[in-house]
Amino acid sequence: MSSVVNTAVDLRAESRDVVVTRLDSAVDWARKNSCWPMPMGLACCAIELMATGASRFDISRFGAEVMRFSPRQSDLMVVAGTCVYKMAGVVKRLWEQMPNPKWCIAMGACASTGGMFRSYAVVQGIDRILPVDVYISGCPPRPEALLEALMALQRQIEHEKSIENLRQDQHQPRLGGAPVRGPIVVQG
Amino acid sequence: MATQREMEIIDSAYRAQLALEEELSGDKMLVNMGPSHPSTHGVLRVILELDGEVITDLTTDIGYLHRGDEKIAENMTYTQFIPYTDRLDYLSPLANNVAYAYAVEKLLGVTVPPRCQYIRVICSELARISSHLLGVGAMSIDLGAMSVFLYTFTEREKIYNLCECLSGARFTTSYTRVGGLAHDMPAEFAPMLRQFLDEIPAAIDETDKLLSRNKIFLARTKDIGVLSRADAIDLGTTGPILRASGVDWDIRKAHPYSGYEHFDFEVPVGTVGDCYDRYLVRMEEMRQSVSILRQAIEKLPEGPVNVDDPKIVLPEKKAVLTRMEELIHQFIQVTAGINAPPGEVYFSAENPKGELGFYIVSKGGGTPHRLKIRGPSFVNLQALRKMSVGHMVADLISILGSIDFVMGECDR
Amino acid sequence: MTPQAAAQQLVEHLGEGVGEPAEFRGEVTMVVGRDKIAAACRFLKEHCGFDMLTDLSGIDNYGEEPRFAVAYHLYSLTHRCSLRLKVLLDEDDALVDSVAGVWSTADWHEREAYDMFGIRFAGHPNLKRILMWEGYPHHPLRKDFPLAGLPADLPATAEEAGRVETANMLGGPYFSGPGQRGTVSREPRQYDTAAEQADKLSSPNKAEPV
Repeated sequence: MSSVVNTAVDLRAESRDVVVTRLDSAVDWARKNSCWPMPMGLACCAIELMATGASRFDISRFGAEVMRFSPRQSDLMVVAGTCVYKMAGVVKRLWEQMPNPKWCIAMGACASTGGMFRSYAVVQGIDRILPVDVYISGCPPRPEALLEALMALQRQIEHEKSIENLRQDQHQPRLGGAPVRGPIVVQG
Repeated sequence: MATQREMEIIDSAYRAQLALEEELSGDKMLVNMGPSHPSTHGVLRVILELDGEVITDLTTDIGYLHRGDEKIAENMTYTQFIPYTDRLDYLSPLANNVAYAYAVEKLLGVTVPPRCQYIRVICSELARISSHLLGVGAMSIDLGAMSVFLYTFTEREKIYNLCECLSGARFTTSYTRVGGLAHDMPAEFAPMLRQFLDEIPAAIDETDKLLSRNKIFLARTKDIGVLSRADAIDLGTTGPILRASGVDWDIRKAHPYSGYEHFDFEVPVGTVGDCYDRYLVRMEEMRQSVSILRQAIEKLPEGPVNVDDPKIVLPEKKAVLTRMEELIHQFIQVTAGINAPPGEVYFSAENPKGELGFYIVSKGGGTPHRLKIRGPSFVNLQALRKMSVGHMVADLISILGSIDFVMGECDR
Repeated sequence: MTPQAAAQQLVEHLGEGVGEPAEFRGEVTMVVGRDKIAAACRFLKEHCGFDMLTDLSGIDNYGEEPRFAVAYHLYSLTHRCSLRLKVLLDEDDALVDSVAGVWSTADWHEREAYDMFGIRFAGHPNLKRILMWEGYPHHPLRKDFPLAGLPADLPATAEEAGRVETANMLGGPYFSGPGQRGTVSREPRQYDTAAEQADKLSSPNKAEPV
């Protein structure tokens, strides 16, 4: 973990088990390694999401195998699949029900931009309704791409100023209150 | 303090009975289930009317994955629509590709060569095993048996490897083309398939051992969600649901397509029509698919895979780049599409979920005038109400798992 | 029983109102008048063994008269044959009898045809939209509707539809965080005077300043 650079290990005999680090590093380390996804598995990408959770690709290595279908218990919404207008209100409401801090991965072409469904019923990208941190291209993206996206998100979380965000009003939407970071795009 | 009513009734036994009846006659609750719920079946919304734990009425609300495929088809050439067919039943994309290719070929009035038919059979049966593995896996994880889900997914990864070898993509393959296939089967596919066929029966047997005589599984699926034979036919259900209800009907036997008449296989038919029967039908279908795959790979004929018609199949690239006639054919096929005659056809294939049908109305030209996709899940889901009313909410989970529907082909 | 034989029997049974059977690629199609379709379906189901309705779809022939068509795909499990019936409908009078009484499966198919084309089915138990949301003003599969869609209001939430009332927040939301007041002073309901309580109950969701 890269927060090692921020710690000072005290090697004296009487205090050999003490680690001194910045609070931000500790909180960020805990948060990035235990991102509990809320799988918004809408269409075909959900199958690749399930495959990532299964034994071959094993999202559990990254601490994210606890797929919480309840928004109240999750940190990371993985929108996997086409979002249609009928479903958009539901996705938005579930996003708002997730407590802060929360992140979003738009998995696949349909979630990123509407994909190949340029039709009357499809929302052309879920970034029209909620803020997205990582976009993954692909139709569907390989599980390796989803893991790469998760790792990219983890690298981003590592550098968040979590304590400062806590001190601010927690109910401001992240895009409005927190420092702006560019979205990450991962090739699927 | 006794109410006026209590004071009016003198007999204590009668009063006790009344108290009991009042307790039981509660109000009915309307509970919403979905469209985001922890079942791997997609975005289905079910509105339950519950009397306690028992379902008294059920309304299904679909359309949360309606992407406008049929409207898109009216704006695409026949070849351009092939990737959209992958996304219909996204658990068995190869089977959808095959069904669509045959539908368009029926409209054009062409027959593909035998090698192509055998390869398409291999595609369909691989897709069938893949879909049933996930169906059984999802059903078991919904009922609490998570290990089975992981084991079936491991086997599906092997099928994904095969699909990747065959078409280049793990699961949205877009492998068939009108008049043939995208390319011939690669040389390394046959040994991979043989190795897979040696390994898969053990996996099916393991799943069988874990579930089929498991007390908990039996308690949750036996006599749950019974669909009688008459109801199954009346509701238009097809596939494992219809066969589990006792109707011996399989399109591969009734109206053989793609050379299925040359294969020797049996069709499992259930008796009761409950969730357990549907599960058993799927397990046995997987075993029959393994047998068909073995026969197909052993008897695979040599020869071309594409129809020998330059107006339907893209010519060889070498010829396109050097000769005029092939260049023109390529140009017209890619830009305007394959010129289909005016007319209408309906072709249906035995997909893992049921009968996938394509009703194509053509007024000539390269794009269809109307393409109706008869998705088996759309029709099978209508049976949900009949199967569930009277059962408890927990039984509904078993029933949803046993219907094994996919919202991609339900909502299209 | 072949499709041709079944078509012949239908012609004999109904007489007028049934067109000549047409054949293409081995399939038989017959045009049936819209007032005869329910009787035709019932006859075919009961006397010719067409016990399954495989598909029912609407078709929009924009620019032709009559504009709409409904295609019924019947299948007989006993005789293993299929038959297609078509009903042609005018644009301003797109009404046809429902066959949901003959085969229960027609229920959802007809709802989809209504949703996508606007074809109405008389006698249908529950003719509502099925794929698009209730209140969507257009019929998407009509040829004059563009693929990219036309503006429409998003589905009404349950609140807007009046089916659900939001719970009274009573001065909340009460959340925990550093720098917030303690829980006792934060949720002062027991310390509210009667007037303050009435005020909170009457005007829900008025967030208390922190």
